[in-house]
Amino acid sequence: MVDSPLLTPLYHWHQAQGAKLVPFAGWQMPLQYAGIVAEHLHTRSAASLFDVSHMGQLLLTGRGADRALEQLLPGDIVGLAEGRMRCSLLTLSHGGILDDLMVVRLPSQEAESQGAVSRLHLIINAARRQVDEAHLRAHLPPDVQLEVLSNRALLALQGPTAAAVLAPLSPKAIDLPFMAAAELMVGDIPCLVMRSGYTGEDGFELSCAAENAVALADLLIAQEGVLPAGLGARDSLRLEAGLCLYGHDIDEQTNPVEAGLVWTIAKHRRDDSQGFLGAAAVLSALKNKAAAGARQRVGLTLAAGNPPAREGAVIENLAGQPIGVVTSGGFSPSLQLPIAMGYVPADVAAGGVQVVVRGQRYPATLTLLPFVPNCYVRPTKP
Amino acid sequence: MKYYTKEHEWLELAADGIATVGITDYAQKQLGDVVYVELPAIGKAVTQSGEMAVVESVKAASEVYAPISGTVVAVNQDLPANPALVNSEPQGAGWFVKLQLSDEGELAKLLDEAGYQTYLASLS
Repeated sequence: MVDSPLLTPLYHWHQAQGAKLVPFAGWQMPLQYAGIVAEHLHTRSAASLFDVSHMGQLLLTGRGADRALEQLLPGDIVGLAEGRMRCSLLTLSHGGILDDLMVVRLPSQEAESQGAVSRLHLIINAARRQVDEAHLRAHLPPDVQLEVLSNRALLALQGPTAAAVLAPLSPKAIDLPFMAAAELMVGDIPCLVMRSGYTGEDGFELSCAAENAVALADLLIAQEGVLPAGLGARDSLRLEAGLCLYGHDIDEQTNPVEAGLVWTIAKHRRDDSQGFLGAAAVLSALKNKAAAGARQRVGLTLAAGNPPAREGAVIENLAGQPIGVVTSGGFSPSLQLPIAMGYVPADVAAGGVQVVVRGQRYPATLTLLPFVPNCYVRPTKP
Repeated sequence: MKYYTKEHEWLELAADGIATVGITDYAQKQLGDVVYVELPAIGKAVTQSGEMAVVESVKAASEVYAPISGTVVAVNQDLPANPALVNSEPQGAGWFVKLQLSDEGELAKLLDEAGYQTYLASLS
C-alpha cells in the first residue's frame, strides 16, 4: 500500500509561488523556489518565510504535566516560566534520543478544584510524529491530557530583518527575547508567536489555525524584503548553524552527551540517575565523556574547491585509518566551501583529518560548531 | 551538429571529429546551484552511457554519463574554480569534456535537437 503524501495547508500556495515540491517524511514539501543558494543568502541578509507545518504540534495539559514530561527528558520543565520555551530531547532507557523537540510553557489555566493547570505546547519532528505520540501516551500518567494539534500550521519567518518585518503586524512580538513565546495577533490572525528558529538567525515561528495559514503566508510574503524559502535552504542554514537534524546527526543510537547536547541536561538534574528515562545511561556518558571509546560530534571544513563530504563519508586520520563518519554535509553558501558534521573519538576532536569522497581522500579540518555565528536576540538581564 | 541524450547530456561534434560534451539547460535547472564538478583525467577512455563525471549541487551529487564512447582529450579548466558556469552557460562555457570519438556509429543512438525537445515536452 502506498500512502498518498500529506499536504500542508500551504500546498497550493507553494505551487502558486513556483516551488519545486518533493516528498519529505511522508509530506509533499517545497524544496526550493528561486534556488537554494539564493534563498539561503537571502535568509542571512534579510528575511525568508518557511512552511514547517509538517512538524508535529502537541498540547499537554494537566496539573502535573510539567513534572510528568520531565520524566521523559533531561531538561528543566518544572522551572520553565510561562511564556518561555526550551529545546529538549526525548530520551530512551538506554540513553538514546527518541526525538528532539521544543517545549513551550503557555500560561496556566485555573481549573475548578484543581488549581493551576500546566499547558505545554510541544513541537516535534515530522518523521517522529507517530513514534513520539505513542511514547508519550505510553509513559504519561492518565491525568495528563495529550492533544495532537493536527489542525494547526507552522510558519517560520527567519533572518536579520524578521523583527522589523513583524513589528507593524504584531508590535508586541518584537519584545519577545530569544526562546520566549506569546499568544498574539499577527495582523488579524491569532498566533502562538515564538522567538525561535532553525537557521541560526533571529526570527519567529508562528503557529496558527490551519484555516488561517494561507492568509498569514500572504500577509508575511507581502512585506518588503520577505521571500519564500524551502527545505533545501532550511537544511543548509541549520548545517551552518551547527544544529542537529534528527535521523542524521542524532537518532535512537546517539546519546545526548556525544551529540554535544549536554546543555539540554539541566544542571540540577545531573545527580539523579532515576530522574528521567535513560538518566543512568545519559549521566554515565556525561561522567565518561572523555573516556576511551567515547565519541564526539564535531564540525569539519574542507578548503574551497573540494567536493562536499556528505552523509556517510568516512573520516580518516592522517594515517588513513577510519575514525568516524559524516552525518550531515554539504556546501556552505555563506562560506563558499564544503562543511560537514560527524562523529569522531573524543580524544581526536581537533586538528587535521581526511574524508573519503568517491574513493578519493581530501584534507579536512575538525572545527568547533557553529560554522557561522548564531545571531539570536538574547534576553537582556535587568 | 548537436546531439542529446535522455539523461540530459549534450554533445556537439566538430569537423575534426572531436565532440564537446556537457549537460543541458534542463539538467542544470533540475540540479540547482552547482557547487562542484568532478572531471575525468585526460586520456581516460569512456563508454557510451558509462560514468564520465560527477556534478554536485547544494543538495546532492549526480552522475554525468558519457553520451558516446571515446577518449577524453580535454576538460574544462574553468569549472573547478567556477562550477556555477554549469548553471549560467550549460551549453556554452559550462561544457565538461572534449572526446575523441571511438565509434561515430553510436551517434545514431542519440537524439537530435527536435527529438530532444519532443522528449522534454513529454516530461512536463
